[in-house]
Amino acid sequence: MSTIREDNGGSASMFASLLVDDAEAQRRLHARLVASATAEGILDVAYHAIDTPIGSLLLAATDQGLVRVAFGSEDRESVLSMLAERISPRVLNAPGRLDAAAREIDEYFEGRRNSFDVPLDFRLAQGFRRAVLTHLLEIPYGDTASYASVAARSGKPKAARAVGSACATNPIPVVVPCHRVVRSDGTLGGYGGGPQVKEILLDLEAHHD
Amino acid sequence: MRPFEQVVVDHGPVVLRVCRAVIGPNEAEDVWSETFLSALGAYPDLRPGTNIEAWLVTIAKRKAIDRHRARARGPVPVENLPDMPAPVQDKPGSRENELWQALRELPSKQREAVAYHYIAGMPYAQVAEILGNSEAAARRAAADGIKRFRATYKGELS
Repeated sequence: MSTIREDNGGSASMFASLLVDDAEAQRRLHARLVASATAEGILDVAYHAIDTPIGSLLLAATDQGLVRVAFGSEDRESVLSMLAERISPRVLNAPGRLDAAAREIDEYFEGRRNSFDVPLDFRLAQGFRRAVLTHLLEIPYGDTASYASVAARSGKPKAARAVGSACATNPIPVVVPCHRVVRSDGTLGGYGGGPQVKEILLDLEAHHD
Repeated sequence: MRPFEQVVVDHGPVVLRVCRAVIGPNEAEDVWSETFLSALGAYPDLRPGTNIEAWLVTIAKRKAIDRHRARARGPVPVENLPDMPAPVQDKPGSRENELWQALRELPSKQREAVAYHYIAGMPYAQVAEILGNSEAAARRAAADGIKRFRATYKGELS
C-alpha cells in the first residue's frame, strides 16, 4: 500500500495491527484462487519458475500444453506481459499445471530423459517458423543438424537464414531442441540462452547418448 | 493489460484488509476468494484506465451483500451491507479482536468509509464512488466513524 491517510490526527495508526501484511493468508488465498480458477476453466496461462543447471527457467502453459520456456537472462516481467498480450491476461503463478513439464526437464538435465512427452502449444509461432519448430522435434537427442538441412526438411531449401530466425524466436527452447541446429561449418551458431548454454546442452546430450 | 498475477500481488493484501474490516475476519477470506475469482473472469474485458483497487473493492462489497442476502430467509432485497457483521469468533481478547469488535459497532456506511479511507488509503472521491454518495458525505461518514470507533475502542482498552 502506498499511502495511509494521516489527516485525522493519526487515525491510521489505530489500525496498525490491521495494516500488517499477512503473507500466510495471501499464500493460502492465492492457492485457493488457482484451484477455483482451474476448476472453472478460466486460468488461461499458468506459469512457474524452476532451477536448472543452466539457471532459472520460466515455464508457462495454456490448457493445450507448454507454450513458453524463458531463460533466466530474459526479463521475466516482459515475458509475462507478452503472454498476457498475446494469449490472455488471465495469467497466474500456478506450479501445478507445470508439474509434468518441470519433472521432465529435471530428468533431461539428469541425463535420464532424451525426449519430452508433455503436450506443446505452438500458438506463439506462426507460418514457416512454426513448421520449422515441428521439424526440430525430429532431430534425435545427441544429434545435430545444419540450418540448411532443417530448411530442406521444412520444404524451403534456400531458407537457412529463416530457419536461423525461427530458432532464435523459438518460444519453447530446450524442449523444442533448437540447440541441436548448428552451422554447416561445424561451429555452434547463436542461441537464445547464450552460446555457453547451447554448448552445455549439446555436451550433456553427447555424454548421455 | 498486465498479467492478473500482478493484480493479485499488488492489491490482494489491501483487499483482504478491507474485507476483514468491512465484513469481519471470519468471512473475509471467503469474500476475498469470490472477489478475485470473479475479477479474474471479468479481467480481459475491463475498460483500460479503470482504477483496479476500486473495482476490486466494489466487487468485494457486492459479494458481501450477496452472502448476506443468501443467509437471509428468502430473496430479501439488500441494498447495503448489514450494520453488524457476524461476531468475531477467533482470538478472543486479543488486541486485533478488540479492533474488529469496535469496527463491528459502526453503522455500515461509517465502517466502510473508515475501511476504504484509513485502511485501504483511498481518497474520499473514490470512497464516495464506492458508497454511492458525495465526497463530502464520504468524508463525514469517515470522520463520524473514526470518532465513534475511538470512543468504543478506547473504552474497551481501559
